[in-house]
Amino acid sequence: MRTDNFMRILLVATASISVLIVALIFLFLGKEAMPFAFEPGIGKLFDSGWVPVSFQEERFGIYPLVAGSSLVTVLAMLISIPLSVVGAIYISEVAQPMEREILKPFIEILASIPSVVLGFFGLLVLAPLVKDVFGLNSGLNALTASLLLALMALPTIITISEDALASVPQSFKQASLALGASELQTIFKVTVPAALPGIMAAIMLGIGRVIGETMAVLMVSGNSAIISFFPLDPIRTMTATIAAEMGEVPFGSHHYQALFWIGLILLFVTFLLNAFSRIILKKYGMAQ
Amino acid sequence: MVKMQESNTAIQAMDVSFFYGPNQALFNISLDVAPKRVTALIGPSGCGKSTFLRCLNRMNDIIPKTRLTGKVLINGQDIYDAKENIVDLRKQVGMVFQKSNPFPKSIFDNVAYGPRIHKLHDRKRLAEIVEKSLRRAALWDEVKDRLGENAMGLSGGQQQRLCIARALAVDPQILLMDEPASALDPKSTTHIEDLIGELRQDYTIVIVTHNMQQAARVSDTTAFFYEGRLIELGRTKRIFTKPKEKQTEDYITGRFG
Repeated sequence: MRTDNFMRILLVATASISVLIVALIFLFLGKEAMPFAFEPGIGKLFDSGWVPVSFQEERFGIYPLVAGSSLVTVLAMLISIPLSVVGAIYISEVAQPMEREILKPFIEILASIPSVVLGFFGLLVLAPLVKDVFGLNSGLNALTASLLLALMALPTIITISEDALASVPQSFKQASLALGASELQTIFKVTVPAALPGIMAAIMLGIGRVIGETMAVLMVSGNSAIISFFPLDPIRTMTATIAAEMGEVPFGSHHYQALFWIGLILLFVTFLLNAFSRIILKKYGMAQ
Repeated sequence: MVKMQESNTAIQAMDVSFFYGPNQALFNISLDVAPKRVTALIGPSGCGKSTFLRCLNRMNDIIPKTRLTGKVLINGQDIYDAKENIVDLRKQVGMVFQKSNPFPKSIFDNVAYGPRIHKLHDRKRLAEIVEKSLRRAALWDEVKDRLGENAMGLSGGQQQRLCIARALAVDPQILLMDEPASALDPKSTTHIEDLIGELRQDYTIVIVTHNMQQAARVSDTTAFFYEGRLIELGRTKRIFTKPKEKQTEDYITGRFG
């Protein structure tokens, strides 16, 4: 009995560590970011320019960075969602068992490639390609970053969508086939609609992955903090800004605090996306 | 002579054997099903009755590595003929499964699913078919005010009647039922059995059941399967009162099964 209690406490403590860490990260980010709200004031974040180091006036507007993050995320999703959802449908519903055995490990490998390595691939292969195709001076822009991010979101969306499709009861498919529906009609009128909540959650998690990605976008997005929604402009994302500037910022300065605000906002957005996808999965009984 | 035979049999199984990979599940089954009658397939678990039922609308086709020899004629057509259209076959031969399996869609969309995939999109016609099918399945009065609600919210018995309505909506001649009441409570079971009694006037029904009282109550003809073989076939009354085969007698008197 005493051992039971002891083990119980030990396990609860272990399990609580990750919760504690997340809470501490929130707290720590908040603590470092907070002073900015009083001096120079939170309104400074809503400026239209990000010029954190300047002899005239330092500007900490996060709009260009939010715009950059939004642009690459939307573009990446436009590319990634159709590819990965159709891919998941193929793997789950159409592929022969042999094909599945081959495809799935490759998708898992794609998920485990370090983002720096993908960044290299982006720099050496994608950027020159984009540059040549569109006749630009430089291939480092939002489109290149989006292509790379789309690649990184693929395994997340495929794997989770495929789980959702595979968990659609066989009985639905049988009912549809028995009514004279073809395989294709069954897939698109029964299986995919039934798996839609899971596919939505997969997309949410894919968006989370894309927004949070740092290294690859830092390498290929062009790093210019301008407000632009044109895919062939160089842009800069929130994550890349933190990564690029945190190393050189004077400790405790307004610039330093502003970077923490960006981190806080990022964490909040990904937190929301995760929570949202969990709610969807839970509501439809798909959570593992 | 040939013509007469055709009109007197809705389904004709001729020397049907069926294999799951290397395992033979059915051995040379020959069996005629009369039109607008209820034929019950009974037998212990694993005797092949469900497998045989699924041969009649080629549902076994979706299981990989299966093989059928022999012929199954429906209205005189060999349904395993390479030229035969499986979509047309399944329109003609509806199926109700053991576990009710409505789609996670509205009640209306469930019933309209079949007609819609067969390219009927006229709203008025669809509404007519849905109402007619639900009435035939004795469900209309219970759901007519909430056709837009999700079918998953219905009770088990209602869901099963909805599945029957869904099968009827494509206007089949034959209805295959695979233990349609085995997962239901006694009241819902009575409902389904009454319904089968009504449907026999217009449809040829083949029902697999574990429940011998049910077979005795609802069917005109009974076929007893054992270990993949058709042991005995005859009028239900006769099978249950004067079985010819020892195995049939042992089974219906509850000595095994």
